[in-house]
Amino acid sequence: MSRIITLREAIGEAMSEEMRRDDSVFLMGEEVAEYNGAYKVSKGMLHEFGPKRVIDTPIAELGFAGIGVGAAMNGLKPIVEFMTWNFAVLAFDQIINNAAKTLTQSNGEFGCPIVFRGPSGAAGQLAQQHSQTFEAWLANCPGLKVISCVDPYDTKGLMKSAIRDQDPICFMESEQLYGLKGEVPEEEYLVPIGKAVVRSEGTDVTLVSFNKMMEVTKAAAAELAKEGISAEVIDLRTIRPLDHETIVKSVKKTNRLVVIDESWPFAGVSAEIAYEIQKYAFDYLDAPVTRVNSADVSLGYAAPFVDEYLPNPAKVIKAVKEVMYARR
Amino acid sequence: MAVATKNAIKSKFSKATYLGWYENMYRIRKFEEATLKAYSLQKIRGFCHVYIGQEAISAGMESALQDGDKIVTAYRQHGIALGRGMDSNSCMAELFGKGTGCVGGKGGSMHFFSKEHNYFGGNGIVGAQIPIGTGIAMAESYRGTSNLCVTIFGDGAARQGALYESFNMAMTWKIPVLYIVENNQYAMGTSVERTSNVTDLFKIGSAFDMPSEAVDGMDPEAVHIAVEKAAKHIRSGKGPYFLEIKTYRYRGHSVSDPAKYRTKDELNKYKALDPIEIIKDKMIKGKIATIEEIEKIENTIIDEIAAAVKFADESDLPLASELYDNNYVQEDYPFITD
Repeated sequence: MSRIITLREAIGEAMSEEMRRDDSVFLMGEEVAEYNGAYKVSKGMLHEFGPKRVIDTPIAELGFAGIGVGAAMNGLKPIVEFMTWNFAVLAFDQIINNAAKTLTQSNGEFGCPIVFRGPSGAAGQLAQQHSQTFEAWLANCPGLKVISCVDPYDTKGLMKSAIRDQDPICFMESEQLYGLKGEVPEEEYLVPIGKAVVRSEGTDVTLVSFNKMMEVTKAAAAELAKEGISAEVIDLRTIRPLDHETIVKSVKKTNRLVVIDESWPFAGVSAEIAYEIQKYAFDYLDAPVTRVNSADVSLGYAAPFVDEYLPNPAKVIKAVKEVMYARR
Repeated sequence: MAVATKNAIKSKFSKATYLGWYENMYRIRKFEEATLKAYSLQKIRGFCHVYIGQEAISAGMESALQDGDKIVTAYRQHGIALGRGMDSNSCMAELFGKGTGCVGGKGGSMHFFSKEHNYFGGNGIVGAQIPIGTGIAMAESYRGTSNLCVTIFGDGAARQGALYESFNMAMTWKIPVLYIVENNQYAMGTSVERTSNVTDLFKIGSAFDMPSEAVDGMDPEAVHIAVEKAAKHIRSGKGPYFLEIKTYRYRGHSVSDPAKYRTKDELNKYKALDPIEIIKDKMIKGKIATIEEIEKIENTIIDEIAAAVKFADESDLPLASELYDNNYVQEDYPFITD
């Protein structure tokens, strides 16, 4: 038996199932309890688990992220929700300097099994401060694991794996796609951290993406199919550790790679993938690795700016035709 | 708010307590003197902040805590770690960057840790341990223990936003945390007066209705009494307590700091209040212990520290490959190595 659920339900189910399983797991963040979550991800959790385990915080990202780190060092398994990752910048000291380093600084005496989670990326006309992605920022830091996904099946399974993991995890969701629907089984399952998945097989070009850019990528692949171009689509799901093997294997088959990445281009996820491919699939490439990123600017409010800024299927199709040396 | 002074207190402490304080303080002093010497010989590298002058805080605090209580502090932490009972050998070896160090050479002067001693470390980011200590304490109340977490920071950290966020949540949620600001009067080279118009740091607690008081940090008796009172309040479920412990570091901020921002008169004024000398004097004059008993402790510790330096010096360096250990709990984590 299977069910259709939304992304927000997938995350909520994962958290609730893990909280039933392990009483050291708790959720804290702004509006997670009485308000049922700014985006309703934690709907019903206060009712089920009570205020000891579903905790509304003041607006104090640095403080409550640090309280989460301390609780994790002392044996609990906190889930810390940021209303968006943009606000988590205030907490980066605790994420980078403590969550990521506790294990190595203490040489294994203390770990930090914590999940920091929330939506990442642009979500409409929200202007400069509410439209950023942080996968590349956080994946740069050893000690952290970074997951970024939107498929409800994957997200539920990965969230459960993240909560059980003993290492600190940054989990990136999508505000715009919290209503995205997908099929999940009735029975319990886990999805492993650090493994990409081939969403659809193809022979002419490899398209690699993650999070909500997967929807853009899948739409582009469907258009390309109509023109007789067969794209293999890979969903990274985990950014750190990055599953290079799945990408390399695909590129050895298709000989062409386009990376679709909402990060800014400089030193972003796409840049890391391009490095790996030139290193491990150099002799298989029939064209330069190409990428479609967000524009190398801060996003402005007006509608034309959003279109100009973000990757879209047309930009992906253009990039694919470049690497195919095809006529426009 | 009155500063508790030793004159105001009739001794309620046992001989064993006095000797324990003396041993603790004397060990820290001799360890730190050996640290300074080893640093001058370049056996110890990196940043190094010694605890000389502040020993009474560790001594008076530890005698007032219960087994199971946790401690987290800042980077001036050798004394706090030794006071927790961590052994001189592994602490000195850590400073020497040896594989036998308490954290295998990973941490150095700023980062000792020991789960066995409920010591959650020296933190190198000013004030970052304030929310962490609050979280450590929150885990205790979550599990329903009677333990608290002592969260120690310096006067410089009292100006960090992390303090205000933590105080607010700790009071709102009645978290069992004892905040101690070791006010040694200088944030690196900047005096307390130059960092805020609020120079009585304990008054910061009043913004959160947190019980707060100032304590004479040159006197282990006063520290013990204040910590004991605060701990009783915390363990009764009433939430956090804030102590401003007024102290003084005899040396600069770090070993490379000549401390030209303060006068010799000021330093000498505090050296005249030296907690080790005062407790020694009190034990002898008050016939609490004999000179022979005190000298026995001194000689034992002098030997212990000499042995620790020898142990550290003769220990092996860690293997370079150990750099990759303990970055992740996951044993087969695929590090990028090209």
